[in-house]
Amino acid sequence: MMIRAKLVSRAASLAAAAAPLAARAEEESGWSQLNMTRGVTEMSRRIYDLHMTIFWVCVAIGVVVFGVMIWSLIAYRKSRGAVPDVTLVHNTKVEFAWTIVPVFILVAMAVPAARTLVEIEDTSKTELTVKVTGFQWGWQYDYLDDGVMYYSHLDRRSNAARELLSPIDPNTVPHYLLNVDQPFVVPVDTKVRLLITGADVIHSWWVPAFGVKKDAIPGFVNEAWFKVDADKPGLYRGQCAELCGRDHGFMPIVVDARSKADFAAWLKAKAAEQKQAAAPPAGAPATPPAAPPPPGNTSAS
Amino acid sequence: MAEALKHAEAHDDHDHKPHGWRRWVYATNHKDIGTMYLIFACTMFFIGGFLAMLIRLELFQPGLQFFDPQLFNSFTTMHALIMIFGAIMPAWVGLANWMIPMQVGAPDMALPRLNNLSFWILPFAFTLLLSSFFVPGGAPAGGWTMYPPLVLQTGASFPMLVFSIHLMGASSILGAINVIVTIMNMRAPAMTLLRMPLFVWSWLITAYLLIAVMPVLAGAVTMLLTDHFFGTTFFTAAGGGDPVMFQHIFWFFGHPEVYILILPAFGIISEVIPTFSRKPLFGYEAMVYAIASIAFLSFIVWAHHMFTVGMPLAAQLFFMLSTMLIAVPTGVKVFNWTATMWKGSLSFEPPMLFALAFLFLFTIGGFSGLMLAIVPADYQYQDTYFVVAHFHYVLVPGSIFGIIAGVYYWLPKWTGHMYDLKLATWHFWLSTIFVNVLFFPQHFLGLAGMPRRIPDYAVQFTDWNMVSSIGGFGFGLSQLLFPYIIWKCVRGGEPVGNRAWEGAHGLEWELPSPPPFHSWTTPPSEAVIARGAEH
Repeated sequence: MMIRAKLVSRAASLAAAAAPLAARAEEESGWSQLNMTRGVTEMSRRIYDLHMTIFWVCVAIGVVVFGVMIWSLIAYRKSRGAVPDVTLVHNTKVEFAWTIVPVFILVAMAVPAARTLVEIEDTSKTELTVKVTGFQWGWQYDYLDDGVMYYSHLDRRSNAARELLSPIDPNTVPHYLLNVDQPFVVPVDTKVRLLITGADVIHSWWVPAFGVKKDAIPGFVNEAWFKVDADKPGLYRGQCAELCGRDHGFMPIVVDARSKADFAAWLKAKAAEQKQAAAPPAGAPATPPAAPPPPGNTSAS
Repeated sequence: MAEALKHAEAHDDHDHKPHGWRRWVYATNHKDIGTMYLIFACTMFFIGGFLAMLIRLELFQPGLQFFDPQLFNSFTTMHALIMIFGAIMPAWVGLANWMIPMQVGAPDMALPRLNNLSFWILPFAFTLLLSSFFVPGGAPAGGWTMYPPLVLQTGASFPMLVFSIHLMGASSILGAINVIVTIMNMRAPAMTLLRMPLFVWSWLITAYLLIAVMPVLAGAVTMLLTDHFFGTTFFTAAGGGDPVMFQHIFWFFGHPEVYILILPAFGIISEVIPTFSRKPLFGYEAMVYAIASIAFLSFIVWAHHMFTVGMPLAAQLFFMLSTMLIAVPTGVKVFNWTATMWKGSLSFEPPMLFALAFLFLFTIGGFSGLMLAIVPADYQYQDTYFVVAHFHYVLVPGSIFGIIAGVYYWLPKWTGHMYDLKLATWHFWLSTIFVNVLFFPQHFLGLAGMPRRIPDYAVQFTDWNMVSSIGGFGFGLSQLLFPYIIWKCVRGGEPVGNRAWEGAHGLEWELPSPPPFHSWTTPPSEAVIARGAEH
């Protein structure tokens, strides 16, 4: 009986699936989600330009190659009386050309890609360093020079709506699965360096708008950096990009990019707040519980 | 003549052929073992496909409607393991068993008892793997790539995963040894290496790849096993190990593995396109060298699967350039296939239709592969649905369509009957349309920012996921036509002659359809081979 009721409700929810499409009018239409974001940093735009260049190169090659294929399919049909030219089995000039020309195209692509890569890897002259630790399942942000540290988890509304057979319709939850309790606050127009590591298993810190994706590996520290455009403060969302267990899909990243003055004020207030919370010995510990140790990993000890 | 043939076949029938269950359990005949491999692969294809349907069902809309995330992760992990090791690889070995002795002028495979062993390991390996769904903690859920430390959190199924991979590896290595020995030692005297059909060439190179990398995989999973149970710390930083080292070892196996899955398809396409273009393959030698170069390059590109782990700049540049280089021999192959059709006389029987779908759609997968080689862009693509779209374009319309093309090409030879061409054409159209509905939108999802291996997603990804799921259900259901068409053809149909297709060349077409139990009991003569070797 129970099972039957569940099945019926599942069927109903499937049938109603099309209806909520209209309900999320305030979000951008899903159909227009076709391409990579240009993002809000110099590097993310460079990456976008590389992506579009290689895309159009592929389209151009595709037009030629598919064109010849389609032409052959039309012109050389047996049903149209085509007679095979069985002597056409080898042509050194043509074969040489279609081996060499791609090499030139590839070199032409590799040069700008390598240039951009060199700049992405340059983590010198950074103005703010934050240690980012991925854990099962959330992120820890540690402002190393300012004594500020906090955790960032999936927000409560998404967390309630994402339960198996939850009665809450995800379409009614703002930024479903892409919202957190405490965003990662950074200043705009500042070269922010991230020191990325993992507490238990490998995670990956990814914010598409910054063009940054870097694995968070336990026992190792990776570096990445970004510099948000001065005129682009706002909230930027991303997700963990490396399978990290049961709730891999539920550890989003939200970056709150603020003007330099706002950021300085926030950091000061946050540092004072954490100092105060840590000072009196009475009361509950101020820091949220850390991630549980990975079960079953006997070698970790 | 027909009388004589019949007599010859009847004569063959009572030479040492066991009957009943013994024929299969004690099988040493290359055709019987090939058939068992193909049936096994088909079964696994439907089990793996069923898991894919469950994945697409959960992803039909946002929210979790059916499965706990852990179970969902088990589905993605098991789908990959079953499709790679249970469906595609055994299907290639099955086709190799059936065709290589016939194509090189041999009576059977060189090592028939080894052949029996390499097949019969597989059902045990997969019983072990599939039964892991029923042990505490459920089936492996750490992804088929088994990255530590996550995979070390697997429950009771962890040793089952490791041992089933050991078994699959042993089976593959034995199969590969058999293929190499057969090709090297059992060729008819006049069948020189550069007269061999490209399917044989592609399998020879594939077999060397298998022998080179399956032990690497076995070593990697053994290190996981000792890390888990015996206190070693190969992949644990706290004990001086490195989790990224596993990824390097795994992908040193994993990238050649990718070509193990696709090279035999190159061979089949190189047989099918000339047949239905009624024209020899363009640039035969270039095709052989291209396969060999791809195989060589496959050993020096592995780290392009892990650009985001934080490698030194020089390493990233090296792996970007070596990866881009693969486009050159792959391009040569595509251009040669196209040139084979140029000025040909084309007809569109089902094997040719699947080969054409391969040609167009594999090329699309090649383009996205080229995009993925660009390291800065890969930072945005890595671990998103763009990657899922890419490797499914090369594996489904690539490897799977290659297998289907091969089966439709040789099925009349195996059974002596022509199959239902109309139904097979329907199979082609449904598969080709739905495979694009299924996988093309996944490019959009990945570029728009949807990570892979997630059971639930942000609502802006709903529309394309729905389209993809509909394509998935359509593709899955259309595949049911395939075993039905084969079954019908085995049961009966219009008899075919030795040369089932007008433009077919090669030694297998010189044998009767169906061929005798022991393919070439006397080596074919120079004249017969020369006729067949018009590639």
